[in-house]
Amino acid sequence: MIGIDDGLEGHDGAHPSRREAIAGAAPTPMVAGMASSAAAQPTGDAARSAASLVPVNLTVNGKRHALRLDPRTTILDLLREHLDLTGTKKGCDQGQCGACTVLLDGHRINSCLTFAVMYDGAEITTIEGLAQNGVLHPLQQAFVDHDAFQCGYCTPGQICSAAGLIAEGRAKTAEEIRELMSGNICRCGAYPNIVAAIQQVMGRS
Amino acid sequence: MINFEYARANDVADAVRLIARDPNAKFVAGGTNLIDLMKMDVERPTTLVDINRLPLKQVEGTPAGGLRIGALVRNTDLAYHPLVEQRYPVLASAIMAGASQQLRNMASTGGNLLQRTRCAYFYDTTTPCNKREPGSGCSAIGGLNRMHAILGASEACIAVFPSDMSVALAILDAKVHVMGPSGDRVIAIADFHRLPGDTPQRDNNLNAGEIITAVELPPQGFVRNYTYLKIRDRLSYAFALVSVAVGLELDGDTVKEGRFALGGVAHKPWRDPQAEAVLRGERADAATFARAADMLLRDAKGHEHNTFKIDLARRSIVRALTQAARGTPQSQSSKKIA
Repeated sequence: MIGIDDGLEGHDGAHPSRREAIAGAAPTPMVAGMASSAAAQPTGDAARSAASLVPVNLTVNGKRHALRLDPRTTILDLLREHLDLTGTKKGCDQGQCGACTVLLDGHRINSCLTFAVMYDGAEITTIEGLAQNGVLHPLQQAFVDHDAFQCGYCTPGQICSAAGLIAEGRAKTAEEIRELMSGNICRCGAYPNIVAAIQQVMGRS
Repeated sequence: MINFEYARANDVADAVRLIARDPNAKFVAGGTNLIDLMKMDVERPTTLVDINRLPLKQVEGTPAGGLRIGALVRNTDLAYHPLVEQRYPVLASAIMAGASQQLRNMASTGGNLLQRTRCAYFYDTTTPCNKREPGSGCSAIGGLNRMHAILGASEACIAVFPSDMSVALAILDAKVHVMGPSGDRVIAIADFHRLPGDTPQRDNNLNAGEIITAVELPPQGFVRNYTYLKIRDRLSYAFALVSVAVGLELDGDTVKEGRFALGGVAHKPWRDPQAEAVLRGERADAATFARAADMLLRDAKGHEHNTFKIDLARRSIVRALTQAARGTPQSQSSKKIA
């Protein structure tokens, strides 16, 4: 792990996580140049010298990280590949699906279209940071109550987006919720339940 | 994505100095379009100059009674700004008609003006595209061109400019303030974006090394009679087939001044003084609006899959002018077209 001041939380080798089982090995330290998926795809310009690593300080779910990053690292890849916070999902990786939505300084953004170096000093909240002391965030509970997902892949993005929506305070009606949640696509079509879950938290159910 | 050097600019002079060091450098603000294009290998900057620290985040009134919008004001912050909501509601409406809230939270005012086309061939590096690779040909002519231009296109390019915000800025007579190696200057919004001609690789008239610092609005905001009507394939989070921004000044039933511009139909927001002249002094009714629409569309030309956009544009213009005249602007959350 390059320049990250806290290690990955190791899993018990006898009980590997799903992610570790898929990878076929326990987490191994990353080396410079392999730090992001982008960096692992050399193009015709591979002859250009590796971009220099850039120091970046970010607070993720209340925890401070002093990092040195390839500038091509998106916040999404930083979360998933460097910090092992895989709750944030990579759907389209093009800003079209919303699965990667996180809160950046309180505002919802698409983490796939953002280089981490651009947000030195920022605070990021992901799906992993919403529950407090083992108690689900009201939106997480509402999504359970209303069966607001089927496959669940879009759900972390939906919930982070809904948290941003409620903080914005602009949506009052179901119609306005639908419009302001349109950046989050659900291919299972759980939209009515998602709107109902959000309305529950807004106290309008 | 190719490697790039990352440089952080602290002020405008710093940004202008940094961009001049590498002819293949690009500024990055929100990154919502540029980073996508970099992933697709369409944009290949060797240096990225991060301008997010620049002090260009204010929205403030001007002595002339207008508004000055810093280039780094985020789209959401602009649409929700009290001065914009109260004095330029057509701008707030157009911004909220574009993209998603996540993207609007990232995208900047200056960056919105600099969006590249969403033509699929521009994005697909395996196909010829004169905008991406001058001289290679246009794949959209004779290809899939349902979303493409019906006005102002050339034999080199039939791509459209995708911004909604810029369509509202067109009818507000916005001015774009820029700074470059040879100082600052002001570009009228009508002169900012270009038609493709035989140089479709140039979207706008910014010179090399210039940076947008602000967008200035004159006082006239069309508070009472305005609309932004966007017609698209789904009700939200999609680019326009046709959009219409309208601002009217009425004297009873008579149009004192009428402005309207179209999005999604050309390489720039399409505004036509001759079409607006048709409105002036005339009764604000469907017959007048239809004559104005016909005037604006007099040279419209369709391609294999997009000829429907000509009639769609005509109907959208009449509908939008009617909405504005009635004082019932299109809601961007209720999708019912009034």
